[in-house]
This record gives sequence, structure tokens and C-alpha cells, in this order.
Amino acid sequence: MAANERPNPDALLARVARKQAKARRGRLKIFFGAAAGVGKTYAMLLAARERRAENLDVIVGLVETHERAETKALLEGLEVLPPRQIEYRGTVLREFDLDAALKRRPSIILVDELAHTNAPGSRHPKRWQDIEELLDAGIDVYTALNVQHLESLNDDIGQIAGIRIWETVPDTVFEAADEVELVDLPPDELLLRLKEGKVYLPQQAQEAIRNFFRKGNLIALRELALRQTAHRVDAQMLDYREDNAIREVWQVSERILVCIGPYALAERLVRAGKRFAVSLRADWIVVYVETPELQRLPAEKRDAVLKVLRIAEQLGAETVTLSSPAMSEAILKLASERNVTKIMMGKPSRRGWRRFALGSVVDTLIAEAHNINIYLLGSPHKPEEAEDELRLAERRRDVLPGLLQRSKARKQGYYLGYLWAAGATLISAVLAKLMHGRFEQSNLAMVFLLGVALVASRFGRGPSVFASVLGVLVFDFFFVTPYHSFAVSDTQYLITLGAMLAVAMLISNLTANVRSQAKVAAHRERRASMLYAMSKDLAAAASEGEIVRTAVRHIYVEFGSQNLILFPDAHGRIVYPQEESIPESLRQADLSVAQWVFDHNELAGQGTTTLPGTKAVYFPIDDGSTVLGVLALNPVNLRRVFLPEQQKLLATFLRLIAQALTRLRFADQAKKVALQAEAEGLRNSLLSSISHDLRTPLATIVGSASTLAEDDGSLKPEDRKELSRAIYDEARRMSNLVSNILDMARLDAGMIRLHREWYPVEEIIGTVLTRFGKQTAGREVKVALPPGIPLIYCDAVMIEQVLANLLENALRYTPAGSPLEIAAETSADSVEISLADRGPGIPEGLENRLFEKFYRVREETAQSGVGLGLPICRAIVAVHGGSIRAHNRADGGAVFAFVLPLDQPPPDVLQDEGAAS
Amino acid sequence: MTTLKFKIIVIEDDPPIRRFLRTALETHGFEVVEAATGKQGVIEAKIRKADLVILDLGLPDMDGVEVVKAIRAWSEMPILILSARSAEIQKIEALDAGADDYLTKPFGLGELLARIRVALRHASGTSEQTQAGVFSTGNLKVDLINRRVFNGDREIHLTPIQYRLLAVLVKHAGKILTHRQILKEVWGPDCIESAHYLRIYMSQLRHKLEADPAQPQYLLTESGVGYWLKV
Repeated sequence: MAANERPNPDALLARVARKQAKARRGRLKIFFGAAAGVGKTYAMLLAARERRAENLDVIVGLVETHERAETKALLEGLEVLPPRQIEYRGTVLREFDLDAALKRRPSIILVDELAHTNAPGSRHPKRWQDIEELLDAGIDVYTALNVQHLESLNDDIGQIAGIRIWETVPDTVFEAADEVELVDLPPDELLLRLKEGKVYLPQQAQEAIRNFFRKGNLIALRELALRQTAHRVDAQMLDYREDNAIREVWQVSERILVCIGPYALAERLVRAGKRFAVSLRADWIVVYVETPELQRLPAEKRDAVLKVLRIAEQLGAETVTLSSPAMSEAILKLASERNVTKIMMGKPSRRGWRRFALGSVVDTLIAEAHNINIYLLGSPHKPEEAEDELRLAERRRDVLPGLLQRSKARKQGYYLGYLWAAGATLISAVLAKLMHGRFEQSNLAMVFLLGVALVASRFGRGPSVFASVLGVLVFDFFFVTPYHSFAVSDTQYLITLGAMLAVAMLISNLTANVRSQAKVAAHRERRASMLYAMSKDLAAAASEGEIVRTAVRHIYVEFGSQNLILFPDAHGRIVYPQEESIPESLRQADLSVAQWVFDHNELAGQGTTTLPGTKAVYFPIDDGSTVLGVLALNPVNLRRVFLPEQQKLLATFLRLIAQALTRLRFADQAKKVALQAEAEGLRNSLLSSISHDLRTPLATIVGSASTLAEDDGSLKPEDRKELSRAIYDEARRMSNLVSNILDMARLDAGMIRLHREWYPVEEIIGTVLTRFGKQTAGREVKVALPPGIPLIYCDAVMIEQVLANLLENALRYTPAGSPLEIAAETSADSVEISLADRGPGIPEGLENRLFEKFYRVREETAQSGVGLGLPICRAIVAVHGGSIRAHNRADGGAVFAFVLPLDQPPPDVLQDEGAAS
Repeated sequence: MTTLKFKIIVIEDDPPIRRFLRTALETHGFEVVEAATGKQGVIEAKIRKADLVILDLGLPDMDGVEVVKAIRAWSEMPILILSARSAEIQKIEALDAGADDYLTKPFGLGELLARIRVALRHASGTSEQTQAGVFSTGNLKVDLINRRVFNGDREIHLTPIQYRLLAVLVKHAGKILTHRQILKEVWGPDCIESAHYLRIYMSQLRHKLEADPAQPQYLLTESGVGYWLKV
């Protein structure tokens, strides 16, 4: 079908994304060789010189010349970055200076020895991590690598060369390289070079040849290097075919599931899985199913599994930890969920009759997984040896130093169980002694069986087996003929013994399973309720500070660690929080580490591969696309943070925090948008108001003025006068309007500076009334000022404007000739000035709306005014710390009153020299 | 017109306003000289021997207050200020610097002519009312020689300070006096910041002289600037 021939759109998208990501990143070129001395550094320097000749900005970040003359000669004329000097235990180590390189920003940088381990105290433990950062910064990197340092070949090379290499590079780095140049030299030539002293210094050469540079080794290594390179070429070919949409490639993608357990084979399984996945170009998942039995394993073994899972992650696998009593069921469920096509696991541990009787996971899987191919990996050693090797590996690899701690409390409980087992047997013996002679002997055995069952249900397998053995011995010794001897005359008691043992085992296993399931259930429930409590608290948090406090408290409770949440400032720099710390807060955090975490969206700090020397662990808090902040956590115990289930819990916590923060930010944004919309609405009403109110007078002015200007003498003198008057009046009206708009704008912008002084209320009222002069003619304006009104501290010009605006409104909206009353009243701490009229009053419910901007009781009427008079009043009174309101009078008319506080001490009382008058 | 025309210098940078002032003033019998900058205005005032200066405070080349000071350096000719609204501080500064009066834009011709006449009357020396040592306006009569004040036929008793305050206002009747100017003349240069003294005495005076102190007829307030006695 034609549809099948079309490239899968998802795959195409992925390819485009990959290309874009690559375009931003720097390009990595690896000079790859089978062993030291094949000339990688030499080839790299040659390439660098060529680039230099092309006028590219090439610098040497760090190159190990091993004092080889030819190589040193090539360094001439290239800019070399000075190395960072680190003092470590008395010696000075030269290390690559990552920060200097990032600051210098060349287009190409040479950094030798990809597999190098950095000196303690460096930002990253490994050089390949430094290089990743260079690439992220968009700098092209040339580096060199020997095949024995590839993580997935670690095992094979260990077997070939008989030594283990501890400096490894994850395969992902090698695979992600944009270019790999194989530097090849036949073993004989290499050995010749060695003998000539061209590779190492002469005194080191012999030693090296004996240890590593055996011809057999070199041939094997060369083969591995060639094959690895060929793999890459293969992959490139596939890419090319994908790019060119060659149809055959579009097959169902494979997914491999690697199942590991707490045994030494696990690491080999993971490495084999890796190679398998690479050869199939498939996704791979490493799963560990923790059954109740496995949960009872000592901590060291569980930690070992954890470590293998981390290795798998480094090799590019997705890791999953499941907790389930039935291993095969859990594996099958995961396999069907994730469309797994192949399962890899170790050979079954149960052999012979046990496998037949109790079954094995492998058999169940083979029986039930119909569409899945199953691959089994055999162990090359005997189990004990494998165990030893694992332990050795644990000691040498200090990836998670804090994880190897054993629990003492558990040990104590253990001994207590045996004590109880002995006790139970004793009590059974006493009871049996009392019953002896009165009941049948088989019933006495029942008493012991009861004791064994009780011990089994309470203390588990060990003590119950102990109790059953002890019980059988006691039973045999005291109650079976011949008495006081372990000899068993009647073989039927062997059946009693066997049954007791079997019951003990059965019950202890059952109860242990039930208990561990109950424990798991309780644990899950506790976790669920914790998450529920935290999400509830976070949902209730109304501010960033509250979210942070809630989060810090919950994390402290769960992880027992003081912690701190850091946010960036406006410039993206992580800063210390402004908020006061709570007891659960971490007091010290390394801002530079936090900054790194924030910039790279990766965790760092203790127990991680970035800056592991730092005391705390730093986790990015991201909402899926952007990093919002950083959680710094000071772990009391790394296990509590890095166990898979704990990590998942922490990840959930972080996600909850991120969600809460995002919610808050959205809420803030929504509020801002609402405010903006309100402002927008206001602006619109201003525009419509202004356009109406300014255009109306302008129409009159333009019309009248043009009539006057084009007059050819036909206008009568009284007409001319009329037109001029109209122009004058309308211009006046516009002038008032413009002043009001400007006043409002200045008040809104907070540009008004008050010139407050002490004024008599009378003078303010007087000034306004004088100004209105003629306009109040024909009206009775009553001023009622009780004696003893104190001076008020105000900006008189503005308060006069308040009064003037009120008066203007009164004159405009009340019938001509109706009386007005201005009054002032004092209370203990304020003065109220009011203007009362006998007009139509204020429509019900509009008392407050009147003071809103651009509000008019009747829209678009001929009455002028933009509806700014009262808002200006309110704004002025407000800046004086007072308030204004309007209400209707009981007997008709309206009252507008404003209150000014008397909050300043009055000025000095005058000594009136002429008080006598 | 047999009498010599009064000569007015208009210092204003806005051409339409200059045109309006020239037309309006010339129609009312004044001779008008225009100046678009402060510098030119000061020179014109000097060489043309002007009778009055109309000065816009917002000039492009120099501060209006500086123009006032420059003119006051050699002449007592009346200066009428034109200013935008809500610029009380500028007005006070100009008045304190020696300007005689001010008008707020926009203004009508009637207002302008009235102010010009008052200013010219002041400049022509003593106003008629004070020539005989007696000032009177409306019902208010002040005998400056005997220091007696009458409202109609009724004599009003004033305290010394109240009288001094009234006398200062009478002396500059019709002209706006800033708070500082009044304080300085009545209480002396040490008290020029204590404007509330002045307001309290003003209030007392109004209670004694005005029929309705809340709607004064004689002792008027120039909001935010000062007081003046209406002629």
C-alpha cells in the first residue's frame, strides 16, 4: 500500500528535532583508537592545524603530549589554554579549565582524553561531562578516545586483557559524536614504536608492554575498535536511508526489556542489553521487580541493584522499578504496556526439581508471552564468585558512597525473634509436659506445632525454622520413647518432624508475604496521604512564599532533610530568598551550583555526577518546559533521596511544587490581564467621551469662525456678535474640559505634589464663591459655618477645586434659582464640608458610581462635561487622606460631602497683640 | 486721540497669541511692540521706553522670571504675566521677582484690558483714592493719616497688626500681593514662611470689614498665590 511507503511523520519530526538540536550544539569529533600510542593526539593536532589554516578560531584546551617530540612540534603556533592548577593531597594537578574555555568561546577546542577523570573538586567528575557543556555552549570539540574506555565494552575488554578499566565513557557520548575518525596502526608497528620509545618514556615502555601491550591484546583491541567504528558507519547508513526515505527501513521499532535482579549477573545483563539494543537500534528498558522476598534482602544487595540501574541509565536505558509480589506478572504487564518485543534476563536460578516444583519466572514468561522473544544470559562464573566480584566492584566504584549503610535496628529485631522462638518452645514443652499421659502423643505434637505457627506468624522464617527444629528435638527428647534420648524408635515421628518443619516454612513464608504486602500497602497509603496533604496545602497557598514554606515543610517531613527553594531574579540569576527562613529551611546553599542546575535543568550535588563534592543535592523544579526554580536539599542519608521509590516521590513533589507555582503565575497573569482589560475599557470610554465632548464645541467654533471669516459684509452686526459669543463660550467650555482631563491625568499618574498649608475653611469657601460670582446670581447660597472651626492642613488650590467642581455640578444639574447650602462641621478628628441642593437628587443606587471616571447619569446629553468632575474630587480628597460621598436628602435634593482628617498638630497659636480690640 | 498712546511690549513666543494681542490692543488704542524671545523683549523694553510689558512665562530662550528680574534691574514699568493654569509656584516667583499682575491662559479680552488699566494706574504714581490720604472703595473707607477705618459710617476698631495688614493691601490696592510680600511688609522678613499668621489675620479682618466673610467683597483671595484688595 502506498501509505506504508510514506515515511512515518513522527519519525520525520524526531529527525528534524534531532537536526535542529544538533545545529545549536557544537559538533563533537572523536579521534578513536585501539590503544595508546596509535597517534590519536597527533592526528587531532594535524586536523587542528588544518582548521587553523582555514582561519578558524582553533584553540588547544588540553593536550597530553606525553613528552613526544613529534606531537609537541605540532603544538607550535596553536593557542593553548593555560590549565587549571588544582592542589590535591600535596601534589599539583593540571586540569582542563572549563570556565576559561567557555569564556574564551573559540569555534573549535581540542580536549584530549575523553575518558579522563577530573581531580576531586572539579565541577564534573568526568571530562566527557565538561565536553558536553562545551558542546551545549555551541563550541565544536575535538577529542581522543581509546576503545577500552567505552562503557559497554568494559566487560569484554576486562576479559580479553585481564585488567579492568575504571575510566569509562558512556556509549551515548560516543554514539552522539558527529564524527568519529579511526586512527589505526597495525600492532606490530605499534610495538615497534613502543620499543623505539616513541610512545611512552623508555623506562615506562617495558612495563607497559608486559602489562597491556601484548600482541594478542592489541589485535583484540584493534578488532574491537574497527568493529565499533563499523557499527557507527552502519548506523550512519541507516540514518542516510531514513533521510532519503528508503522504504525498507520503516519497520516496527524494537523495544527490549532487560530484567535484572540482585545478583552479579545484573551488570553483565545490562551491558549485553545495551549492545543488543544498539545492534537492533532499539529502545531498551531495564526493569527491577522487587518482590516481598527481595525487599527482605540486606541493604547492600538492594543498593547494588540500585547501582546497576544507574549504570543502565548512563548507558542510555530507561529504568523502571516495580514493586509486586508476582515477578512474572509485573514483567508481563510492563511488557504489554510498553510494546516490548524482546525480553532479556538471566538464566533461571532454580534448577532441577525446584524449578519443576516451584516454577520459575523464565518458564512463566515463556508460557505466557506469546509475541515476545526471550533471551537468556548465562553466568560465566559460579554464583559465589560472581557475588565476590560484585562486592569488589562495590568497593571500587564510589558512585553512591552514602548508600552502603546497614541498619542496626533490624539486626536486633532478628535476635529477639530467636529468643522468642526458644521461649515459645519452652512454653510448648511445659504445656506438653502437663498434658503428657492424659492425651495422645500426636496431640502433644500439636502443641509444639501451635508454638511454631505462632513464632512463624510473628517473627518470620529464621526463628520459626529454629523453633520447629528445637520443638522436634525437645519433643523427641522428652516425649518420644526412648525418653531423654534423641534416638527415634518409631519412624512415624519423622513424619511429625517433617510436617512441623513444612508448616513452619509455609506459615512463615505466608505471613512474611502478608506482612511485607501490608507494609507496602501501608507505605503506599502513607505516601498517598502525604501527597494528598501536600497537594491540598499547595492548592491552598496563595503566594509564592506560602508555596515555598509548604513545600519545604513537607519535604523535610518526608526526607528528613533541611531544604531550600531558590528562585531566579529578573535577570535569571539565582538569588537567596527574601522570605524569612523556617526551622526546616536549609541555611547554606551554593548559589553557583544552583545556578548551574537552573541553567542546565539537571540535578547536581552530592550523589550525582555533577559537582559531587557539594554538600547538598540540587534539583531543578520545572514545569515541563521551563525551569522555575531550584530545590536545594541537604540529605541526612543519600538512600532516602536516591532509592528509586524515593526519587519518584521527590519527582512527584517537585512536579506538585512546579504546578502550584505555575498556577500562581497564571493567576497573577490573569489578574494583570483583567486589570489591563479594565484600563483598556477606561481608555475606550475616555476616548468616546473626549471625542464627543471635544468635537461638539469644536463644531460650533469652526462653524461660527468660518462664517465670520468668509463674511462678505452681508452679516448683520448682531449676527456677528452672536457668532463671536458662541465661539467664546464654546472655547471656554473646551478649555475647562481640557483642564479637567489634564488634572485627572496628573492625579492618576501620581504627579500631583501637595502644597499643604494651614487654611481657614471660610477662606476656601469664600474664594470659590468669589470665583463663581455671577454664576450663582439668582440663587440663594447659604453658608453655615459654626464658630471654632479649626484650620485645615491642605492644598487650598486643590480643595477649592473640589468645592468648585461640586458647585459647578450643582449649578448645572439643579433648576435655576433653587437654593444651595454650603456647610462645615467638625468632629474630634475631621472636618466635613458639604454642599446641599434642592435639585432632583441622585438616582437610587448610583451614589457611588457617580465618582467613577466618565460616568454620567445621562449618557450623551447636551449637558457638557466629560464626567470627570467628581472623579477628580474623589482623587483630590483621597490624596488628602479623606473621603467623599453623596446621598439624597430626606426632604428633596442631594448632598455631596467630603471629609478631611485633622491628623496634623495645629500650628502655633498666635499671640494677638491687639486681642483687646 | 490727542493723548500719547501707551506703548506695550508683548513678549510671547506663540505667533497666534501675539497676533491676537496686537489686534485686540491696537483696537483699544495701545501701541504694540512684539518680541518673540525674552532677550529681544528686554532690549525692546529698554529702547522703546515701553509703558507696560506683557510677558509669557514659558519662553524658549530664558525663564520668564529672569526676564522680570532683568527689567526690574533698571525699570519700575508694570509687568503683566501670562501663564498656564496650575502653575502657582511660577506665578508666585514672578510676582515675588517684581511682576505686577498675572493672567491665566486662556483669558478674555475684557479681563486683559482691566488688568492693563489697573497696572497703568499704579504706574502713574498714587491712585486717586489715596491722594488725599483717604482710600475708599464701596462702603470701605480707610483714613491713612489718622489710621481710622470705616465701614459706611461705622468706625471699625482694628488691632495694630490688622491695621498694618489692611494698610499694605490699601497701598497696593488692585494689585495681587503674594503671601511673602505681605508677610514681609507686615511682620518683617523673619516671618515670611508663616503664611497661616496671615490667613488668620485676614480672616479676622474679613469678619470686621465684610458683610459676609464667606463671600468677601473687598478682601479677595488669589488662590494659592496671595491676596488683593478690590478697588
